[in-house]
Amino acid sequence: MKARTFRRHVRESFKSLGRNGWMTFASVSAVTVTLIIVGVFFVIMMNLNKVASTIEEDVEIRVHIDPVAKQQDQQVLRKKIEQIPEVKSIEFSSKEEELDNLIDSLGEEGKVFKPFEQDNPLNDVFIVKAKNPTDTMKAAKKIENLEYAAKVKYGQGSVEKLFKFIETSRNVGLVLIIGLLFTAMFLISNTIKITIVARRREIEIMKLVGATNTFIRWPFFLEGLWIGLLGSILPIALVSSAYYYAYDYLEPKLANHFIKILEFNPFVYQVACLLILMGALIGIWGSMMSMRKFLKV
Amino acid sequence: MIQMQDVHKKYPNGVTAVSGIDVKIDQGEFVYIVGPSGAGKSTFIKMIYREEKPSKGVILINGVDISRLKDKKVPLLRRNIGVVFQDFKLLPTLTVFENVAFALEVIEEQPNLIKKKVMETLDLVGLKHKARMLPTELSGGEQQRVSIARSIVNSPKIVIADEPTGNLDPETSWEIMSIFEEINARGATVVMATHNKEIVNTIKHRVIAIESGRIVRDEQRGEYGYES
Ligand SMILES: Nc1ncnc2c1ncn2[C@@H]1O[C@H](COP(=O)(O)OP(=O)(O)O)[C@@H](O)[C@H]1O
Ligand SMILES: [Mg+2]
Repeated sequence: MKARTFRRHVRESFKSLGRNGWMTFASVSAVTVTLIIVGVFFVIMMNLNKVASTIEEDVEIRVHIDPVAKQQDQQVLRKKIEQIPEVKSIEFSSKEEELDNLIDSLGEEGKVFKPFEQDNPLNDVFIVKAKNPTDTMKAAKKIENLEYAAKVKYGQGSVEKLFKFIETSRNVGLVLIIGLLFTAMFLISNTIKITIVARRREIEIMKLVGATNTFIRWPFFLEGLWIGLLGSILPIALVSSAYYYAYDYLEPKLANHFIKILEFNPFVYQVACLLILMGALIGIWGSMMSMRKFLKV
Repeated sequence: MIQMQDVHKKYPNGVTAVSGIDVKIDQGEFVYIVGPSGAGKSTFIKMIYREEKPSKGVILINGVDISRLKDKKVPLLRRNIGVVFQDFKLLPTLTVFENVAFALEVIEEQPNLIKKKVMETLDLVGLKHKARMLPTELSGGEQQRVSIARSIVNSPKIVIADEPTGNLDPETSWEIMSIFEEINARGATVVMATHNKEIVNTIKHRVIAIESGRIVRDEQRGEYGYES
């Protein structure tokens, strides 16, 4: 396409935005509202994901080895655990190491356990991780049935609940976002359709004198693009400033619980890119949809 | 050259508008299409510039069968055919100049050529001095002249008109006709559907009469043949 033609399309698209002021406003608002909600959901979902995956990483099965097990029995147990298909890794931690860990993790208060060093009441432990964290329960069940596995612990109950929660919120978020996107596209295609009805004659004449469909489509394509881009400005400003304050406020509090959320930079820039892209796509799609039937030869 | 072979047109609603037309119109001819309302004149005309596709038959324009033309190629066909309507179809927000230039802009003609061609064409239809006016500031006859200018600004080989004088008073109609005569004299084929008995009987040309979708009469230098 010639540069001159492209300039014409750009000019026409802006003219049309101006001429149909209220329709433009309505379409831009539809994009804005959608993107704000999508943006908020997206930020929450991504952070949930982040938290979830750090927690998932930490989910481990602690297999307490029966104190009566001899060196050889331990080896057999280890082999059997390694053979379970869901198991990714297995590590041995002696009861001395276990006690040290316990004392360390309790800090000052841990010192009261010092005397136990002579007569250690803890067990040797295999620390097992599942290939897929959600298979932890399955793997744990299988290990339970093995000989010399005295106790199997993996935060029973709470882990299942956590996984359920994470999965449900992921799915709900996804469905909501997709639903919202379609609503916005529908709204835009309808608002632009009204403006096209007004431009029906123009399109009719263009076709009559031999303009190609591509030529006719371009201004509408650009118009949709501008609507999408305009509609993404406010959501980006809102979401990023909200995240700025939320991060400042939450980050230290959560750090106390060893929970990390996504850092402002680069996360907010990624969100901004996503919102711009989505805005553009919604706008263009809505615009193209609305003029489909007017282009039939 | 326009040639139709056994052309039929049945609309999706079941109405058969054209049923078996065979006709040949040579380059440079001037042809009136006459007949009662609903006879199929407009359908006949629309099939020439592929506004409608025949349901059966072959339509050759300069040797190309446009009934089988791909949709993508239709714009190229239209650039070689000028079309004029009873209701002018001008864009009310554009000036006379812009309305005519529009036809060249959308086919990406060079700007300096656009200006030259538009002014020449406006001169031909006698509206050079009103180039900056809006269509609403013009009389019906002047608006039709703008619409004619738009249809011929790209120098098409074929100009078709569907009752171009239908909305105009007799005197204005004669002025419009003289423009079509001039276009024809410059070599373009003119195909015009009309109800104007007086014009057909005075400015003699080939007359094709259509009734119920069929050609019932085809005479060189013919008469209108109906009570108007
Ligand atoms: N787009 C259309 N859809 C259905 N029927 C149509 C359409 N256009 C015309 N017709 C019908 O086809 C017949 C011929 O119409 P037309 O070609 O407009 O005749 P004319 O121009 O001679 O008055 C009429 O019965 C008319 O109602
Ligand atoms: Mg008609």
